[in-house]
Amino acid sequence: MAAHKPLQSKTFLMILVMVLAGPVGNVFLGMGMKAASPLLFWPPAQLLHSALRVFATVPIWLGILSLITFFVAYMLVLSWADYSFVQPVSSVAYGVVALLGWLVLGEKVSVLRWTGIAIICLGVFVVSRTGSQATNRETAGKA
Amino acid sequence: MLDFVLFTLIVAAGTGGELCVSRAMKSVGEPVGFHPAEIARTALRAIRQPWMWAGVGMMALAFFALLGALSMYNVSFVVPVTALSYVAGAFGGAAFLRERVTFWRWVGVLLVTIGVTFVFFGKS
Repeated sequence: MAAHKPLQSKTFLMILVMVLAGPVGNVFLGMGMKAASPLLFWPPAQLLHSALRVFATVPIWLGILSLITFFVAYMLVLSWADYSFVQPVSSVAYGVVALLGWLVLGEKVSVLRWTGIAIICLGVFVVSRTGSQATNRETAGKA
Repeated sequence: MLDFVLFTLIVAAGTGGELCVSRAMKSVGEPVGFHPAEIARTALRAIRQPWMWAGVGMMALAFFALLGALSMYNVSFVVPVTALSYVAGAFGGAAFLRERVTFWRWVGVLLVTIGVTFVFFGKS
């Protein structure tokens, strides 16, 4: 039983990094894309021109850096926990991204959208109560 | 039409990529400790996995589709809609990774899907 405790804190820490770094990254990407807009995707020469404009903005690179942090935390947590557990639990990030979009970017978030996000979080709660079975199985096997 | 293609790419390529990465990480195994050297060793083992490269390629495709969607819509709309990947993820976890998805996980996934539908119709 003692072997389970550090494993759970490790999972909690990595999921916390994921739900913060992911939304911050998406907000930076949103800022960068809005700054580079309007963008044309066709013909290919225009697509290249648009891509160069996008990657010349600082928020895009900050967003990529945050998403790399998210990705590293995600890869680590996937090495010991079930994908079908990690993915839904990390969806708390959807609430965080809407909150940041509203607070930082001044986006108008409708009541229906907040309701949807709340239902997503309820779904997350239900899934998280099913536990991370692979983690427990593997730890029990090693102990 | 373009927004439909972009959201489909975000969900399908994103979920497919995550499943491939997950499969690669399961082969690599859990790092022994949290030391940077051990994490670097794990990362080096991970990049030798073909599944990792397939996953990263698909996730890169999903990333560019996400950038395209973010140029057209608000981040508070785009990101919650991408939660549709939960449905694909649960099915993929069960079929592709042979994980056991319990009844309550399916209930949770269903709630997430309903939530995404609300977010979609709450587009202002």
